Amino acid sequence: MHMPLSDTLGLNLMAANQHQAEHNREHFEAWNLLCLNVMSSPGAGKTSLLERTITALAPQLEMAVLEGDMTTQLDAQRLEAVGVPVVPITTGRACHLDAAMVSGGLRQLQAQLNPADLDLLWVENVGNLVCPAEFEVGEHLKVALLSVTEGDDKPLKYPVMFREADCVLITKVDLLPYLPVEVERIEAHIRAVNPGAVVFQVSASSGAGLEAWHQWVLTTTRAHTRPSVLAEVG
Amino acid sequence: MHEVDMTKCLLLSLQEWKRGQEPLTPVVAAVHLQVGDFTCVEPEALRFTFAAAVEGTWLDGSTLEIDTVPLRARCLGCSDVYAPDPDQAYRSPCCDRPMEEIVSGRELRIRSVDYSLPHQTSDPAAVPSR
Repeated sequence: MHMPLSDTLGLNLMAANQHQAEHNREHFEAWNLLCLNVMSSPGAGKTSLLERTITALAPQLEMAVLEGDMTTQLDAQRLEAVGVPVVPITTGRACHLDAAMVSGGLRQLQAQLNPADLDLLWVENVGNLVCPAEFEVGEHLKVALLSVTEGDDKPLKYPVMFREADCVLITKVDLLPYLPVEVERIEAHIRAVNPGAVVFQVSASSGAGLEAWHQWVLTTTRAHTRPSVLAEVG
Repeated sequence: MHEVDMTKCLLLSLQEWKRGQEPLTPVVAAVHLQVGDFTCVEPEALRFTFAAAVEGTWLDGSTLEIDTVPLRARCLGCSDVYAPDPDQAYRSPCCDRPMEEIVSGRELRIRSVDYSLPHQTSDPAAVPSR
């Protein structure tokens, strides 16, 4: 004998991932560091950007990287060469990092160093414009990259990623003279789906625009890790 | 195929719910989801992976019912709610403003579960009075 019942759950489908993400974030708060989740399609220039940015900010910030990669450790090796602690997270068939993978990465990081000594933890996600947008890992802010070679329609085709991003970098702008794209159109499409985003136009190879981006990273990290300084100034 | 990982998340949430029913084991007829159009989830792929994932488990025989929720945004110029169109760059047709406030379409929700509980003659007190 069965009696028909119905329970209203109203649960988030991603609740299991979100619980783990919140747990990761509690660790970040305890360590007083800022965590940035860097996402883009494959080849948009995440690793090249991080090479430049980490080198430039190394005198001012203590940083480490959790490096998501489906199969290889090539990106992790490139970033280690810059002189920063890197934990590679090989995701296998998964096309994104999830909160549990990042939690595993954090345990490995703790074996190498004391995370409380860090100011900024970069999470370089797997190259993909779709899934990473839905899988929080505990980051404070999301950074999305879009290279000019990908075309100006991508923010409209992959709107969730660009909507969720707090900061969007239009990369490889040094190639603009050779391409039939207008950077203004790319930026307008980003702003159409996300009017509140902070947008930078950069080139990791020429260095164009990097200074403003680095300043943003520095200011955002300082504001997060030393709120008391702001309070004193105010 | 991130729907595989989403299905895993869904199953974990359902297992948690099942623990709340102990010592009885609910027989689930249907799981109702709300999936917004402005998410990275393809309902068809979710149905497919769910059917494959529950085979041989306590959820075997249950169906996944997915209600899709359309994307709607509120124009902050005139407060009108509109259906953003990718071909119009999601801008509001009334005031030509960017998509500022999303009203619906981001849902990824387990709305409800239809199930039955077997009567347990050994411990009638365990049968909830609903």
